[in-house]
Amino acid sequence: MQEQNVLLRMEGICKSFPGVKALDNAQLTVRAGTVHALMGENGAGKSTLMKCLFGIYSKDAGNIYLEGKEINFKSSREALDNGVAMVHQELNQALKRTVMDNIWLGRYPLVKKGLPFVSDKQSYNDTKKVFEELGIHVNPKTIMSTMPVSQRQMVEIAKAVSFNSKVIVFDEPTSSLTETEVEHLFKIIDMLRSRGCGIIYISHKMEEILRISDEVTIMRDGQWVATRPAKELTMDEIIRLMVGRPLTNRFPPKANVVGEEDILKVEGLTAMYSHLKDASIHVRKGEILGIAGLDSSGRTELLENIFGSATRKSGKIYKDGKLVANKNPKDSIKNGFALVTEERRATGILGILDIRANTVIASLRKYLNGFLLSDKKMAAATDSMIKAMRIKTPSQKTKINTLSGGNQQKVIFGRWMLTSPDVLLLDEPTRGIDVGAKYEIYQLIQELANRGKSVVMVSSEMPELLGVCNRIVVMSGGRVAGEVDADHTTQEEIMTLAAKYA
Amino acid sequence: MSAKLDAFKALSAKDKQRAVINWLLDHAMIIIIVLLAIYVQIQRPQFFGVASLVNIFSLTAARLPMALGVAGCIVLAGTDLTGGRVAGLTAFVSAILLQRAGANGRFIPDGVPQNLLLVLLLVMVIGACIGLVNGFIMAKWKLHPYIITLAMQMITYGIYLTVSNSKQVSSLDTSYTTDFVTKSFVKFGTTSVPTYVILAIILTAVMWVVWNKTTFGKNMFAVGSNEEAARVSGVNVMVTIIGVFMLAGALYGYTGFIEAARLGSSTATLGLNYEADAISAAVIGGVSFVGGTGKIGGVILGVFMMQLIISGMTFLGISGNVTYIIKGAVILVACILDMRKYMTRK
Repeated sequence: MQEQNVLLRMEGICKSFPGVKALDNAQLTVRAGTVHALMGENGAGKSTLMKCLFGIYSKDAGNIYLEGKEINFKSSREALDNGVAMVHQELNQALKRTVMDNIWLGRYPLVKKGLPFVSDKQSYNDTKKVFEELGIHVNPKTIMSTMPVSQRQMVEIAKAVSFNSKVIVFDEPTSSLTETEVEHLFKIIDMLRSRGCGIIYISHKMEEILRISDEVTIMRDGQWVATRPAKELTMDEIIRLMVGRPLTNRFPPKANVVGEEDILKVEGLTAMYSHLKDASIHVRKGEILGIAGLDSSGRTELLENIFGSATRKSGKIYKDGKLVANKNPKDSIKNGFALVTEERRATGILGILDIRANTVIASLRKYLNGFLLSDKKMAAATDSMIKAMRIKTPSQKTKINTLSGGNQQKVIFGRWMLTSPDVLLLDEPTRGIDVGAKYEIYQLIQELANRGKSVVMVSSEMPELLGVCNRIVVMSGGRVAGEVDADHTTQEEIMTLAAKYA
Repeated sequence: MSAKLDAFKALSAKDKQRAVINWLLDHAMIIIIVLLAIYVQIQRPQFFGVASLVNIFSLTAARLPMALGVAGCIVLAGTDLTGGRVAGLTAFVSAILLQRAGANGRFIPDGVPQNLLLVLLLVMVIGACIGLVNGFIMAKWKLHPYIITLAMQMITYGIYLTVSNSKQVSSLDTSYTTDFVTKSFVKFGTTSVPTYVILAIILTAVMWVVWNKTTFGKNMFAVGSNEEAARVSGVNVMVTIIGVFMLAGALYGYTGFIEAARLGSSTATLGLNYEADAISAAVIGGVSFVGGTGKIGGVILGVFMMQLIISGMTFLGISGNVTYIIKGAVILVACILDMRKYMTRK
């Protein structure tokens, strides 16, 4: 490691929680003008390390130096004021307020120093300036809640930049971005790097890491494992370091046998309140159908309209050749459908409830003893799912929001398994999940297909669609743009189709 | 406009119908009130006379400050139920300090009326102190303001009853009543506009600036929209919450000061249910319980509409008992129509 331009150095960081040593002598050194990727499985200690940097947790031991000076931030605001910013994975924004109000929140430009009056004009102009610099085309007066997640994320990045930060931490920044938006983000990161900023980049996506980072630090079980230049690393090597064992394949073999008959047939589906128009798809028994497309191409809307959680305007849905109404989710569940939603935190988990409540919620009827629910039956069902899904949890009484993303997702899968569905609709099933857990989810999807279930899977990650699905439908601008065979297509072909009506 | 019209023409018959219904629902509150006003006017032609209008505006002005105060608490995604009782207490304090010298059975024997502005300041401080307790408990222990202010409502009323012994305080000094609060400021023909209307206008302007042009106002909206986002951005969430409740309390104190003079006495029922009217008016005016949204203009409109309905009912000779039912129904409809806007339809 070269000693030149060291911007941030964290040494010997330890942090314990009751019963767990979350960080054990962890270290991280970020040099100016570089992108430093921080990798590790969920629970490896990446977030804890960052929380120690930002003063959200107080570290038990160790030192942090920013440009040679020892620092010990007490709050994220103090960190921001000292030029250390973070773009959070879970966007933390005042959604009912405007873009500019969010950017200058907590430090509004004043009409005059000392007076409590805010200058909206300066706020607007300053926002414009930052946006122009970053090539973001958003009206500063837009209300946050009216923008897609990707644009909101851009606003968050602009906010970090507006603090003139020297060190910017990106935590899973691309999980809600499409490929074009990712390109834009990378341009911004390149610009920040050339300005001499130190970027800490946390991501699970190997392709991205290898593409944009200069150095990679890998953590496992709260410990530092290695720091290497990115050019010397390969995907397999990173995985080996992360999981501590070689992982030969990123995807399980496609062993599912695709049947002849269509289990699900959707004809001319048009949504009442979204731009989904005239979409037709069909899925065979034991088949895994991928849905590709850019953000807001209507992928999520397609699943929601099939499942009845969105209102249909017209179109027909057939299951096993019979017309089904799927009026609402309850009706769809009865008809053998299941939907794993895209935003796990917002629409998937019941955050403050325990694992048992989260597992049995979609199949409560099964656990009735007369009029009352049987705790014993629910516990047994939950236990069977914890085993089947390999959910890592201290007990089924653990609150689900204390689990890692991967384990939360497994609970959600378990929830739907208990409803014994024939058609599984999966919306970004591996978003924000680490490599090891991803593989397990892929395996699970394969197993389901092997058991003759039909799977429809939406994903923004093209390698994932190519590696898991049998056939891929590409959506664009709310319509079906085309269909490709997953084994004989290229990413370019899919991208061309995705741009067809965009 | 014409582009909108063209787009409308391009729709299918079914979509056209839907678009019209949507437009009607989005503006339903205004439409209902306007229709109601027209109906009352046809039935009772003096409804839109100068005297009646000044009366409606005056009553709006009397109720507006409390609604503005509680609206801030609703912006924080909270509420405040202490308004009415705080007004009752501060009306009593104003009344005993400004009772005519030598009045029969004077509450403070041998006293004289105190300085008017000092009394106003004092009751606003009393109100702010109660707001301080509300805000502090909410910010510190994350209790829902519904339960905090419910308890504080009882405590405030209890303090009032204990100190006043439920005694009515009347014979207020004219320097306070007819020479200040209810004094004619301007005249429209034979109908005069009292001073408190002017005071309400000034107060509303100040509140508009506070909400829209100050750091405090921006922080209030940010905390109401996403408390955590505000906190990590360095907003002092505790100070903001306490500030909003103190401001509300001060406005309730002001309301008590005005009400005692307007009604000529302080009684145990003064202020009863004022907070309910204020909350309703704020909600009708589009201050959403979702938090983070609301406009001063909306609050004014809300108070005005409530007053229009109440006056209209009086004009039609509908009994006060039935008026309650109608007020309740209006609040429900207003809330439903408001939520309709925030619901993301799928």
